[in-house]
Amino acid sequence: MRRSTIIVMAMVFGLFILSWIFRSTSLASVQEHYLIGGLKVTFSAFLTLAILSFLYKDNPFYKFAEHLFVGISAAFWMSMGFWTTIVGNLIPRLSRSLSEFFQVPYQPGSYNFVYFIPVILGIMLLMRLSSKYGWFARWPLAFIVGTFAGLNFVRYLRSDFIEQVSATFVPLLVNWQGVGHFISNFSLSASGQFVAIVGNWVIFLGVICGIIYFFFSKEHKGAFGAASRVGIWILMITFGASFGYTVMGRISLLVGRITFLFRDWLNLIS
Amino acid sequence: MKYKSLVILLFIFCAFTLSAAQEDAAPVDTVQVDSILPPAPVSMLTAKDGENDHGHSITLRWALSADDGAGQNSVLSYDVFRWVPFFMDTLQSIGDSLDAAEGAVAEQLRKRRDQAVVMIPQVHKSYPEQGEWRKIGTALSGQASFNDVGVKERESRDYMADHTDYYYRVDAVTADSTVRTASEVVGPVQSYGQLFNTGRIPVFVAVIVFGFLTIFFVVRAKMGTELYVRPLAGIEAVDDAIGRATEMGKPILYVLGLGTAADIGTIASFTILGRVAKRVAEYQTKLIVPCYDPIVMTVAQETVKAAYLDAGRPDDYYEDIVYFVTQSQFAYVAAVNGTMLRELPATNMYMGVFYAESLILAETGALAGSIQIAGTDQVAQLPFFIVACDYTLIGEELYAASAYLGREPILLGSLKAQDYAKAAVIILAALGLLAASLNWTAFINLFSVTS
Repeated sequence: MRRSTIIVMAMVFGLFILSWIFRSTSLASVQEHYLIGGLKVTFSAFLTLAILSFLYKDNPFYKFAEHLFVGISAAFWMSMGFWTTIVGNLIPRLSRSLSEFFQVPYQPGSYNFVYFIPVILGIMLLMRLSSKYGWFARWPLAFIVGTFAGLNFVRYLRSDFIEQVSATFVPLLVNWQGVGHFISNFSLSASGQFVAIVGNWVIFLGVICGIIYFFFSKEHKGAFGAASRVGIWILMITFGASFGYTVMGRISLLVGRITFLFRDWLNLIS
Repeated sequence: MKYKSLVILLFIFCAFTLSAAQEDAAPVDTVQVDSILPPAPVSMLTAKDGENDHGHSITLRWALSADDGAGQNSVLSYDVFRWVPFFMDTLQSIGDSLDAAEGAVAEQLRKRRDQAVVMIPQVHKSYPEQGEWRKIGTALSGQASFNDVGVKERESRDYMADHTDYYYRVDAVTADSTVRTASEVVGPVQSYGQLFNTGRIPVFVAVIVFGFLTIFFVVRAKMGTELYVRPLAGIEAVDDAIGRATEMGKPILYVLGLGTAADIGTIASFTILGRVAKRVAEYQTKLIVPCYDPIVMTVAQETVKAAYLDAGRPDDYYEDIVYFVTQSQFAYVAAVNGTMLRELPATNMYMGVFYAESLILAETGALAGSIQIAGTDQVAQLPFFIVACDYTLIGEELYAASAYLGREPILLGSLKAQDYAKAAVIILAALGLLAASLNWTAFINLFSVTS
């Protein structure tokens, strides 16, 4: 590590220690454990700024925050998986002595030998750790992938196929009572007949052209190619709208972090 | 004179008396004491087993009372009653005791409850003796049906035994709840589960048709028939990107996303990973595959290992090519971003299921100067990949890419079958359009699926 880096790091740590002292002092009249309260806020602010420093370039503070985040989250999810799934769900249904050992209430009414199947599959998955019997792990993997692929097949066929098809069953001429009626009642209001008709045309043509774009076993040439190009235009317009909508959501997250820094840490805004 | 005074006094007395009588009579005139007459009962009450379910439910239907919305218009609601044997109270009390009991006592009570539950169908046969009518629900006026839904768990208080004789009646209730008229009793009726959910026949037909098409085209592909797949720009670029990485001496980063091994997008990504890993092994380039899900990591390790074996370079494979990071979304992103800026991969490939991390990953990759190829079936994330990556496989292109790269008969056959399914969608959409325009509801109803 270069000397200049060490000096910058020392300065930053010094600044945050100062910040901790000031924050704790301001909390002294409000909280009993003001030193811990001040440390929590200051450390949160440090981690927030450390992650944001990535916008400049990779640096030791970002590395520290990244490794801390990854390490803590990996350990947290591992312990959560063990205590909620194995200890919380499985053991109370299988063994009284193990339930007593882990101090969780035994559920004799829920006992079912079927629960031994995931236990066996889990053990087989752990066989990967053995170089000799590692091939055992392929069985539970095949079971997981095959089972869920089969279940999802029916689910998607229903939600993405049947229900989508029926959603395109729209009349192209909504509430049609002749040309005279249409012209005399012409309106651009969202609830008007004209907008309803245009909306249904867009749905129908958009679906047809969008599907044509996703034909893979036929070359996109001629009229087929033209419809395909209309399809990709419709997709891009949709993505554009979706992009803008989501970016607005992300900005609200940024506002949340900035509010934390200026209100909870620096106490500059009320 | 005396007589005259008496007449005047009598007149005054009469005037006061009349006035007082009028004052007393006034409120009597304004208060209308309407006596509510009993309403007409519901008619044509039927009770049937709930359709397309696993049992444990009865559906009641009736014709509205003549005084519901018409006639006297006095019906406010309908109270639904079921005849319940007193034995069910014993069962409830066992359940109450069981909640408070522990150890051996609880074990005994559980046995008693299990024995009692078995007797439910038998005790219902004693109708109308040793039991009483109990209200099980209310339907508002204008409502002509009610579902009596229980649960299948025997230990539950709401357990409703199948193959048991149930009796029902419906009372038309007025504003004065004591003024009501009971219907005729309907029963016995039994609940039971159906093997087939007829409301899902459209899905069944679609499965059969699509399954047939897939098998047909897979067999054709296996017989050697050439099945055309149009080139996909994103996949055409994969070989160039691997070549670039080899020339630059930099690694290739392959991100499988946040999906589980059961997600279709992740499964398609495994096939692409296999192809990329094989080419990487041939070119002796470095591959980095950070994983979010431990099971995905295991499958990815198997895939990469098999690809190195196929390429004739099993010795170049090492376990750390594919590694687990964490199952926390943004911690994973932080780690992958760090890898991007430290390793500076020549090519980043994002294939699979992605969520909010898509833009963060793609932006960092663009900052690092990598060629980026993405593919996901998550519609909400596609815009971010499109703006930040060089090539993007949109939705189903991801599945097609795995078939295009793999060239396996099963994948090619299923791709061809999908195209036929899409053609069917276009035809059905056109027919549906006609049906909707002509108000031909019979055709539209063919596609309604119940849960």
